[in-house]
Amino acid sequence: MSNTYFTTEHEWIDVDGDIGTVGITDHAQHALGDVVFVELPALGKRVAKATEAAVVESVKAASEVFSPVSGDIVAVNDAIVEQPGLVNEAAETTAWFFKLRLADPAELTGLMDRAAYDEFVKGLE
Amino acid sequence: MSEDRSTLARTPLHALHLELGAKMVPFAGYHMPVQFAAGILAEHHHTRRAAGLFDVSHMGQAVIAGADRAAAVEALVPGDILALAPERMRYTQLTDARGGILDDLMIGNAGDHLFLVVNAACKAADIAHLKAGTAGRAEVTELTDRALLALQGPAAEAVLSRLAPEAADMVFMSFRPLSIIGIPCLVSRSGYTGEDGYEISVPAGRAEALARRLLAEPEVAPAGLGARDSLRLEAGLCLYGSDIDTGTTPVEAALTWSISRRRRTEGGFPGAAVVQRQLAEGPARLRVGLRPVDKAPARAHTPITDAEGRPIGEVTSGGFGPTVNGPVAMGYVEAAHAHTGTAVMLVVRGAPRPAHVVDLPFVPHRYRKG
Repeated sequence: MSNTYFTTEHEWIDVDGDIGTVGITDHAQHALGDVVFVELPALGKRVAKATEAAVVESVKAASEVFSPVSGDIVAVNDAIVEQPGLVNEAAETTAWFFKLRLADPAELTGLMDRAAYDEFVKGLE
Repeated sequence: MSEDRSTLARTPLHALHLELGAKMVPFAGYHMPVQFAAGILAEHHHTRRAAGLFDVSHMGQAVIAGADRAAAVEALVPGDILALAPERMRYTQLTDARGGILDDLMIGNAGDHLFLVVNAACKAADIAHLKAGTAGRAEVTELTDRALLALQGPAAEAVLSRLAPEAADMVFMSFRPLSIIGIPCLVSRSGYTGEDGYEISVPAGRAEALARRLLAEPEVAPAGLGARDSLRLEAGLCLYGSDIDTGTTPVEAALTWSISRRRRTEGGFPGAAVVQRQLAEGPARLRVGLRPVDKAPARAHTPITDAEGRPIGEVTSGGFGPTVNGPVAMGYVEAAHAHTGTAVMLVVRGAPRPAHVVDLPFVPHRYRKG
């Protein structure tokens, strides 16, 4: 069974125990185009579900990255701050944005699985 | 997108854009390529390194005929059109009674008539304004059957002179008819990227053939509106509707270089009294370059404050400069804060971030001055 969930705002969260790793989807990076700037939350910051946790900017525009669930930030990926283009290369693997300690795992139930997200994206095209 | 795609106008290169895999967006009522498969960064870098080909056919083209045409146009713009020699082109603005800018435009002297290029979003209003303003003295005709291609970058001369050898003899802001692979074109050595290059007015029916021929040259790659915007921003060039509009004068916009001494003295254009007063006393605010200290881009409408947090202006264009490899912006600040090196704050997402007022352009112009 997969532990990866997706949001309608094109974030993914991969859950291992009470730690979730969050990034943006490949569809999102493709729609953004060349990523040139990433701003990540401070370690220890408490973020609420569906509120702005990070910022990703392409040449054209700035977009918010919403946290799929509530929790406390325990790690951030400095590599994508140094090299924002990594987000275009590996959005759903090494170019994760942050890790958080889930405040309430029950919040995951409202999210989509891979198949549902793929259907959702297909409906947008 | 609120604009219905089916109501959008298409340029003569629309089918070619689709064939090249362009990402199309609505822009000024047209369905235009924002980028091609390479992406905005690659298209930007390619234009600075070799040559980018841009479709700017959405822009308006017009001719003004009549013996009194130069004087008639001078009644609408602060630029010196009487002194514009044949085969020369000049940048100026259409001003309103308050000195505000209705549009910025290029005017070329084609010998027995003037040739104009105006912004896409303004063209209907511009043509009506030009017709009304020159009525009885000159005849204004919009050219709706022509496309406009911009070939920009350090390899532009080598490429175009391969197809039309006389192109190599042209200098910056010169303008002349030129036969390119047998197609009668009107060519200026100008552009909107800060690079050397040409803008080529071509009959609509021949535009795709010319574009394909240019793209077949090894130095040339297609480039979209995204790269056009990042290139012109680094070059410190104004975008109408963002950096200049009816709320800004040419003096506030730091475009006084485009007004000759005679026209500053004589006036005779809409809003001349306002412009002359600002020239004499200095404007209350000025368009400046802004360089953020950290990496966060500051985009249009970002508030600008002084070091103590007092509001002093607003960013009008800003983003990531690919050649600068960092954020760059332009905006208006109170004149007391417009000096090069002044420390200011840009309030990005509610957080003040340090920046400095810097000289424009961010990337040196590389025009062929002759």
